[in-house]
Amino acid sequence: MSTATVGDLVSQPYKHGFVTDIETEKIAKGLSEDVVRLISSKKDEPDFLLAFRLRAYRQWLQMEEPNWAALGYPVIDYQNIIYYAAPKQQEKKASLDEVDPKLLETFEKLGIPLSEQKRLSNVAVDAVFDSVSIATTYREKLAEHGVIFCSISEAVKEHPDLIEKYLGTVVPSNDNYFAALNSAVFSDGSFVFIPKGVECPMELSTYFRINSADTGQFERTLIVAEEGASVSYLEGCTAPMFDTNQLHAAVVELVVLDDASIKYSTVQNWYAGDEHGVGGIYNFVTKRGQCRGDRSRISWTQVETGSAITWKYPSCVLQGADSVGEFYSVALTNNRQQADTGTKMIHVGPRTRSTIVSKGISAGHSSNSYRGLVQIGPKAVGAKNYSQCDSMLIGDQAAANTYPYIRSQQPDAAVEHEASTCRISADQLFYLQSRGIGFEEAVSMMVSGFCRDVFNQLPMEFAAEADKLLALKLEGSVG
Amino acid sequence: MIRPDAPLLLEIRDLHARVEDQPILKGVNLTLRAGEIHAVMGRNGSGKSTLSKVLAGHPAYTVTAGSVTYRGADLLELDPEQRARIGLFLGFQYPVEIPGVSNLEFLRVATNARRAERGEEELDTFAFEDLVRERLKVVQMDPAFLERSVNEGFSGGEKKRNEILQMALLEPLVAILDETDSGLDIDALRIVAEGVSQLAGPDNATLLITHYQRLLDLITPDYVHVMAAGRILRTGGKELALELERTGYDWVDQELANLEATSEREPVEVA
Ligand SMILES: Nc1ncnc2c1ncn2[C@@H]1O[C@H](COP(=O)(O)OP(=O)(O)OP(=O)(O)O)[C@@H](O)[C@H]1O
Ligand SMILES: [Mg+2]
Repeated sequence: MSTATVGDLVSQPYKHGFVTDIETEKIAKGLSEDVVRLISSKKDEPDFLLAFRLRAYRQWLQMEEPNWAALGYPVIDYQNIIYYAAPKQQEKKASLDEVDPKLLETFEKLGIPLSEQKRLSNVAVDAVFDSVSIATTYREKLAEHGVIFCSISEAVKEHPDLIEKYLGTVVPSNDNYFAALNSAVFSDGSFVFIPKGVECPMELSTYFRINSADTGQFERTLIVAEEGASVSYLEGCTAPMFDTNQLHAAVVELVVLDDASIKYSTVQNWYAGDEHGVGGIYNFVTKRGQCRGDRSRISWTQVETGSAITWKYPSCVLQGADSVGEFYSVALTNNRQQADTGTKMIHVGPRTRSTIVSKGISAGHSSNSYRGLVQIGPKAVGAKNYSQCDSMLIGDQAAANTYPYIRSQQPDAAVEHEASTCRISADQLFYLQSRGIGFEEAVSMMVSGFCRDVFNQLPMEFAAEADKLLALKLEGSVG
Repeated sequence: MIRPDAPLLLEIRDLHARVEDQPILKGVNLTLRAGEIHAVMGRNGSGKSTLSKVLAGHPAYTVTAGSVTYRGADLLELDPEQRARIGLFLGFQYPVEIPGVSNLEFLRVATNARRAERGEEELDTFAFEDLVRERLKVVQMDPAFLERSVNEGFSGGEKKRNEILQMALLEPLVAILDETDSGLDIDALRIVAEGVSQLAGPDNATLLITHYQRLLDLITPDYVHVMAAGRILRTGGKELALELERTGYDWVDQELANLEATSEREPVEVA
């Protein structure tokens, strides 16, 4: 039966698994108040931030790791993780020419050229290597429009007022176990600020690269769009292949004011572990956006293909009247990968609207769950939600689950949920093959057809990348 | 049209095949030469679709004995996609629906795979649109069907027309049409039959699997074969189909019983 071959097809070697040989400054393993203070002092942070970290750390100590997700993994030893690792290069460079060529090479190898000559023409990139942002392109050009795009560490130094005003206001430090941990030890990440009335002139993108083994990655991203501002932002992630599991616990906060919009796209391809489930990233991420203003809009699009474990629910708090939240997701799991992912749409304001489109593809022995909450508060008169959750199974060893939760305190709210499960059948594959279409291309056609509604949401520049990524994951020995 | 000197396209010799542990084909012999139109008839479950799927390379069926030679090469060696690219076509009895895959894109990729095999250049979306619009006329299909997913929500008759559209695009050398006539209304039957006749030429061969004379009234077969219990029991000219129409398949049981009595293993001779 050809499903065995479909299995082979989705089990392609990971192409970003190399390690860059670069001298790294690491602190000792383990977590304590001293470690939190050390991280803060290494970054030369203002007092308010140290206080924020320490409060989070103390909260974290009181909290318990959540266990409600449909995930199984060995107990994480939080004392066996390195909480800070940075490539040894003095200070962040003013000019790219001074950045260690090895780092530039690494990103180029990953398809993210940073140098002036080769960089993508319409995308500004912040490149984060282990715990540190090493370069951000097009900063000056963006500054001309009043747009701030830099690493969060730089923002702390250069725009402490903005950080103090917004950090932790969407995801409070005690929101959940992993968010608390992140708040205590976060290393770097991106900061974006789009001032009132400005439409960001180019795509913004952060590329996260884990390089060191035993290192946890704790990025923190904050994006603020003031009244009438808009921006499209994309993050990409890869990591080398290590046979130990690595923890990645990020927090992303979005704030949108009146008539503003943020489109946030993710292409996540962390190392997923091998076919027996050895190694891979534990991806525990808290992403939330707040539509604070009237008529504001947040759109999450995610293509999740990597990580051994994915625990991630990009959410929207729809406070402003007529605000809109969207979640478009493709999650592909294979081998022993486990994903428990979905979204929360919290309708607070009147006439708020949300759309959820989730496509889960499970192959091998993987498990792929959609978990989503649609909550309609008492003041959300005329709120509307539409959810669609489709699962595709490849082979007969994979599992797909859907956990939709609907809580409505508004009798006239319109909440619509549709779900479907399909399997790539041998007969469908045979039909395509019997028309001269190779096995591999046949699978890829069906999978990208299944994902089209989501891929259509990705920024143009990255739609091809996502297609390629899935094709890569699906590429096989055929042809 | 029978020409004894026409090139051999397909030669099936003593073909045995099973699905899981169940033998279904038990010694099929059949030869197709260029220019010929063959009809295969036979009771439900006699193995007609199985034969067609084995020829196309469906992975569920295992060939246990015999050979199939396609233009001098061993067909059974090839992957299904390779068989299609070199000109074997199967019009399915039950075409599957493939949600999410655009019919137009599917047709284009399939056509280009066949063209590449023939050393022709790839057609881009624009060039292909021109070609497909021209071929749509063969089956008088509405271009709107191109915008939909492959066969998704198509009526039974629409699916069959889509099969013939694919045949018109792929220009096969051997076309096996498995009950392409069933489920068609009177007009559609005429359109599909005209399409098939139009595509049948001196260089290719057609194998029509059908239950009804009404298709053979429109496409005159050179040979009619009757399949029973996994083999071809009788072969004749177009009059055999007319005879079946009158007599039904009762004689089949008698003949099968005779066969069993003679020998269980001996391959059945073809006329
Ligand atoms: N995948 C399968 N699993 C089990 N049995 C099968 C399978 N495919 C075919 N068969 C059996 O093989 C026999 C022949 O089936 P086939 O579809 O070839 O018949 P047919 O001659 O095309 O019949 P019809 O005229 O009804 O289309 C039937 O008894 C059928 O049940
Ligand atoms: Mg049949």
